Amino acid sequence: MGSWFDYTVNGLIIGNIYALLAVGLALIFGVSHLINFAQGSIYTVGAYIGWTCVTYLHTPLPVTMLIVLAGCGLLGVAIERIGLRPLAGAARIAPLLATIGISLVLDQVVQLVFTPDPRALPNPLPDWRLHVGSGTIGAMDLLIAGIGIVSGAVLFAFLRFTKLGWAVRATALDRDAAQQMGVDTDAVNRTVFAIAAALGGLSGMLVGMYFNHIDPAMSFQATLKGIVAQVIGGMGNVPGAIFGSLLLGLTESYGVALFGSSYRNLFAFVLLLVILVLRPNGLFASSRQAPPEPLTGTFIAPSKPVVVPRFVIVVAVIAAAALPLVPNISYVLQTLTGAWLYAMLALSLTLVAGTVGQISLGHAGLLAIGAYASALLALDLNVPVGFAVPAAGVITALLGTALIFPAFRLRGHYVSIATLGIGEIVGLVILNWESLTRGPIGVSGIPPLQVGSLALDSPVRSYWTCLAVLVVLALLQVRLLRSHLGRTFRAIRDDDVAARAYGISLNRYKGLAFAVGGFAAGISGAITAHLYSYINYETFTSQISILALTMVILGGLGNIAGAIVGAVALISLPELFRFTAEWRMLVYGVVLLLLIRFRPQGILGTV
Amino acid sequence: MTPLLQVLGVMRRFGGVVAVKQLDLSFNAGELVSVIGPNGAGKTTLFNLITGHDAPDSGRIVFAGRDIAGMAPDRIAALGLARTFQHGRVFANLSVRDNVLVGAHTRLDVVRRSPPVIGPLIELALALVQPPGVARQQAALDAELRDILGLFGDRLLPRLDHPAFSLSYANRRRLEIARALALHPRLLLLDEPTAGMNETETAEMLGIIRTLKQRGLSILLIEHKLDLVMTLSDRVIVMDDGAKIAEGPPGLVRNDPAVVEAYLGHREVGEVVA
Repeated sequence: MGSWFDYTVNGLIIGNIYALLAVGLALIFGVSHLINFAQGSIYTVGAYIGWTCVTYLHTPLPVTMLIVLAGCGLLGVAIERIGLRPLAGAARIAPLLATIGISLVLDQVVQLVFTPDPRALPNPLPDWRLHVGSGTIGAMDLLIAGIGIVSGAVLFAFLRFTKLGWAVRATALDRDAAQQMGVDTDAVNRTVFAIAAALGGLSGMLVGMYFNHIDPAMSFQATLKGIVAQVIGGMGNVPGAIFGSLLLGLTESYGVALFGSSYRNLFAFVLLLVILVLRPNGLFASSRQAPPEPLTGTFIAPSKPVVVPRFVIVVAVIAAAALPLVPNISYVLQTLTGAWLYAMLALSLTLVAGTVGQISLGHAGLLAIGAYASALLALDLNVPVGFAVPAAGVITALLGTALIFPAFRLRGHYVSIATLGIGEIVGLVILNWESLTRGPIGVSGIPPLQVGSLALDSPVRSYWTCLAVLVVLALLQVRLLRSHLGRTFRAIRDDDVAARAYGISLNRYKGLAFAVGGFAAGISGAITAHLYSYINYETFTSQISILALTMVILGGLGNIAGAIVGAVALISLPELFRFTAEWRMLVYGVVLLLLIRFRPQGILGTV
Repeated sequence: MTPLLQVLGVMRRFGGVVAVKQLDLSFNAGELVSVIGPNGAGKTTLFNLITGHDAPDSGRIVFAGRDIAGMAPDRIAALGLARTFQHGRVFANLSVRDNVLVGAHTRLDVVRRSPPVIGPLIELALALVQPPGVARQQAALDAELRDILGLFGDRLLPRLDHPAFSLSYANRRRLEIARALALHPRLLLLDEPTAGMNETETAEMLGIIRTLKQRGLSILLIEHKLDLVMTLSDRVIVMDDGAKIAEGPPGLVRNDPAVVEAYLGHREVGEVVA
């Protein structure tokens, strides 16, 4: 490595690997307008199937590839059949959430079967390198390039010359019309998922061999990269996805060459945001306007919320406040303290995702901003903790809103992609801005919770503090939603076109919602930092964002009491059953899937 | 008197198709003008251009002395222009009450008297604190809401707290008009208010629009039911293929050969077929 030639080759190879992921995403988006968040998990499964074959069966490379293709293809068919087809008539957001649930389940199963430890996936190819000018090309490079070109050609021939390929293209253009003409759209879906999964799995195996390293955690980044590549090329555009992948690979490779490897992902996500904001339809679309259909309109299924009588809430709060008086209960208190902190995050997300309808997948980024703001204020500027925590809430409100502001013009699934990218960017900036955040080392020695001279760091006092803050935030939110802002927010969610026609400025009210939500999430992150006394860029992972979304859906989108119920249920029930961490994530995935399938309006109903 | 609304040489293309061709239109306060024409004539595109949901490629749109071409729809609404939508766009999960109150959004003091930058924060603070002024305005709106819904007899009033998705199709169309009235519009644009309604419901709607006209409201109406158009309109504008092909009092327009041709096709075509 070292020469520009090598960086270019490396970029193109990585681009090829992304292309195998992104083409499948584009095919699926084309026929079903769905972003398949499980694509990265299939990629991981492909890598592990390859590893199993090589390690235990000692299969030669072509056979391994065939087994990976077949195994992942079958997995794709199963995902379509079990996870998605039953949701055909459901709200638009349901299949997207289902793929997130499937992804959680697959990742955890891989982790339970193969352990979280990384494995080496040996490269069976000869170790020669071809010298070209100042750089070199290896056998693996040639293999990946060859597979990329062959897959592209086969896919082109399939779509162009076979009857099923025509059916796929017809369905992508107009599903209803295709169905009227006798196209079996279920078969089309099945085919597309099989192709997407087979290519995705192959991609995972190749990347494992290229780096001689696989681990179960590689799935999330792979999904993200595939989505980024697809957004660059235009959602649902297959040649665009290939071009986007190569561009992404090159951008990352040159970025690494210029700034070092910790900047790789930062480049990818900044590119994502730039494209989303400037050309949401991708580089090849003529229009700058995001397509109005099928990404808009009411995606929340109409439902009647359950009315919780006021005295029940009052009794529940009093019981929660009195709980520390019960002896020998410190373990329960500790668990519930965590639940209160999650409930603050869920309040924030239920406002943004439920009430205003902007499904955020990057909410953990707000926690991170709040946590770092409070910790650094207290440590570096000697601000008393009692002031640092609310100040962190305000900082998170401002910074979070400013970060998401460019995405306010996006709608539907694009909002989810953008917030996902922004969440990642927050983590990467924290990692790389060492002079402010101490980079990868993290922040340690964060002072404990304290207001004035009153120390709040005992388990019981932390519990009461978190409960009190939660109750105040929840009451504020109830009051907010009873004012004209409640109906204004919901109007934007139900129909943003009609809302604008009645004088509602989307920027203004989305901004207000994210500011209020950012405040609650920032407070939650700040208190967490003072309770943990140590945080780093990985403390608030994207899994927390997904968990918060599951809580919000469990309680009922936009439902304040529901958000708290969802948080308490998902934090305390796994404790009750003493699940280990891996099993816990698996349970969350299954809960999410069951909810979407059988009770999309959650326990208490959407408001 | 200067016209309330002037459309001057407005042009809008979609790819190769010219949806609105060099259109001129002048509208005086207090008038009820209907825009008719076959499907695809560009009527709804014209509405979208006037209300800011779409921007013209060229030409000017002047409303109450301001050029509003290409302005954001929410700013145009704040100038006093309300519209309904061809296929009905109520807020499905909001109650009837809240749907109408959203219509009054631009009239809220917290929104109207909002300084730049800190305006949203003041709005947030007032929403949380609910000082007497804000509460008083809310109470006044609640009272007014009943007057507006009273226009529709007992169609909507008994369903005040029902979510809009539970309403019948005709009731949703009525609710849309109620929401538009809550804006206190200087000009109301109605896009096919009787689409999908039966004869009784259409007659009822005719009565309502007539009442609004008698109250002095300025109305621009897109409608296919010509009986209703001819009964209510002061003037009729006929569009075909993006262009204005006729304009005048209902009686004159009805017998205009160009209009007959646009609706029924060329006489020659009929003869050949026969």
